[in-house]
Amino acid sequence: MSETSVFDDLPGDLMIWVLIVSELLVFGAGLATFLAVRLTDPEGFALAQDMLHRTGAGLNTVVLVTSGALAALALHLRKAARRGPARLALVGAAGLGVVFLTIKGAEYAAKASAGIGWDTHPFFTFYYLLTGFHAAHVLAGVVVLLLVAWQDTPRNIEAGAAFWHMVDLVWVLLFPVLYLLR
Amino acid sequence: MKYQSQKIALAYFAVALGLFLIQIIGGLLVGWVYVSPNFLSELVPFSTLRMLHTNSLIVWLLLGFFGAAYFLIPEEAEREIHSTKLAYLQLIILVVGTLGVVVTYLFNIFEGHWLLGKEGREFLEQPVWVKVGIVVAALIFLFNVSMTVLKGRKTAISNILLLGLWGLALLFLFAFYNPENLSLDKQYWWYVVHLWVEGVWELIMASILAFLMLKLTGVDREVVEKWLYVIVAAALFSGILGTGHHYYWIGSPGYWQWIGSIFSSLEVIPFFGMMAFAFVMVWKGRRDHPNKAALLWSLGCATLAFFGAGVWGFLHTLHGVNYYTHGTQITAAHGHLAFYGAYVCLNIAIFTYALPILRNRDPYNQVLNMAAFWLMSGGMVFMTFTLTFAGTVQTHLQRVMGEYYMDVQDQIAIFYWMRFGAGVVVFLGVLLLIYALAMPRREVISASASVAAE
Repeated sequence: MSETSVFDDLPGDLMIWVLIVSELLVFGAGLATFLAVRLTDPEGFALAQDMLHRTGAGLNTVVLVTSGALAALALHLRKAARRGPARLALVGAAGLGVVFLTIKGAEYAAKASAGIGWDTHPFFTFYYLLTGFHAAHVLAGVVVLLLVAWQDTPRNIEAGAAFWHMVDLVWVLLFPVLYLLR
Repeated sequence: MKYQSQKIALAYFAVALGLFLIQIIGGLLVGWVYVSPNFLSELVPFSTLRMLHTNSLIVWLLLGFFGAAYFLIPEEAEREIHSTKLAYLQLIILVVGTLGVVVTYLFNIFEGHWLLGKEGREFLEQPVWVKVGIVVAALIFLFNVSMTVLKGRKTAISNILLLGLWGLALLFLFAFYNPENLSLDKQYWWYVVHLWVEGVWELIMASILAFLMLKLTGVDREVVEKWLYVIVAAALFSGILGTGHHYYWIGSPGYWQWIGSIFSSLEVIPFFGMMAFAFVMVWKGRRDHPNKAALLWSLGCATLAFFGAGVWGFLHTLHGVNYYTHGTQITAAHGHLAFYGAYVCLNIAIFTYALPILRNRDPYNQVLNMAAFWLMSGGMVFMTFTLTFAGTVQTHLQRVMGEYYMDVQDQIAIFYWMRFGAGVVVFLGVLLLIYALAMPRREVISASASVAAE
């Protein structure tokens, strides 16, 4: 008996979607908890938020979304059998991932030199947990993008790009909630 | 039985059932101490009895897993086990180690000796020489089954089972590392305890359950494997960082409270997945397998694991809740139903499936076996409820009202009496089960039982 279900219509591998949904559950729970704890101390959270570097994070948003577009482009190129440009786009996407990590690293370094740590205020506990987990995923994504640039079957690129879009999506949710929401 | 070497499983299952009986007798004694605290206190103190109760549980479950692997690996790999001799040598080492543990605990000989005396950490009390024996036995086992799989057919079921068993053996190595610092001691202790039962054991559970579903329901291997991969991914994704739910109050940094709460909440998902998997397979299955008892245990396993491990675990996993419930009878309620549902039922499911095949008879004594399922499961569920109520009252009186521990214990004595009653029912169920599994009576249940068992 074969099981034909909605799962068969999913683009790419089922397992990558299991991973994506799991990741979204974790980050979603993290954000929801952040918002719940914020209710207990709105003023403290607002003060702590003002210490963040909003411009840097805004710049990082542009960097990561552009990188996502490159990854999507790579899949289209590969499907059109243009392997060289596809690989170039993937390496470019990975490169922008490194740019993101560099800007993020500068932000962490500035916090550290200002004496701000994860236990300075509950706001920063969540700030470091959420952006830290996300940065770890960016790092993993860079490795994945380079791996699929090397083993460049369309199936691999699709899985890699799907993962990278998840990393994108999580940032696009983290950025407004952590940096902008008043 | 397709392969002669599957017979090895018979010896493993027999020893496992013997230890199971010892475990339950230990449980009865411990349960009686709760209602009559001075019982045996001069002869065998509570702590020793409890140690026997928990350690014999772990060892018989492990023996069951090993036996299950020796039973199903030949069928999956489509070849005989690499070495039958090594398999029996492994069993002998484990039995000698177990006897050594029992004697060391009961008479507390070699107290304080680095090699021969018992060690202090909960569940890892075994003397060092026994721990070394366990590692040697595990190495023999891994060599034996890995060689079999490497030379034979590789399936998702055998790969995941091997992954789980390798993880089990490697994580046990943390039992040898015992830092002076209590926080670090606990941190590494959970690498064994948590990453076993909420990590690699779940892989073993999922793969054995998948094997049973494949055989009992006749659903395509391809479908079973897809479920298996999803369940295993969910188990590892949530279970590894879920370790954080043990790091709330041991002196670890505070961010573990959030990591632990979030990831361990997701640990419900693989258990829900296993329950959904078992029932969907049965609904989709075309095969009317005569071994109804094995199916009952499999479904019971998936369901009670979901409630015991999943729901009762979630009940006190959030750190805001755990702040109050930590170490109360709530934990005991969760521990009992989780171990029973996930690992006891799983082992009995594979015993019930395999024993008629190993002993070359039709599925027999189905009715008695199924009656044992209801007695044991009914008893365990009742015990879980009484302990949950005990824990709720205890949490309120002790942690909210601030009453003294022993004063509270007096007030919840009624629950301990009911728990003992539930324990007696479980004990009777176990006796019935062992009789139903071991006694060579034949019994035809219905016309469909004439279908050949696979």
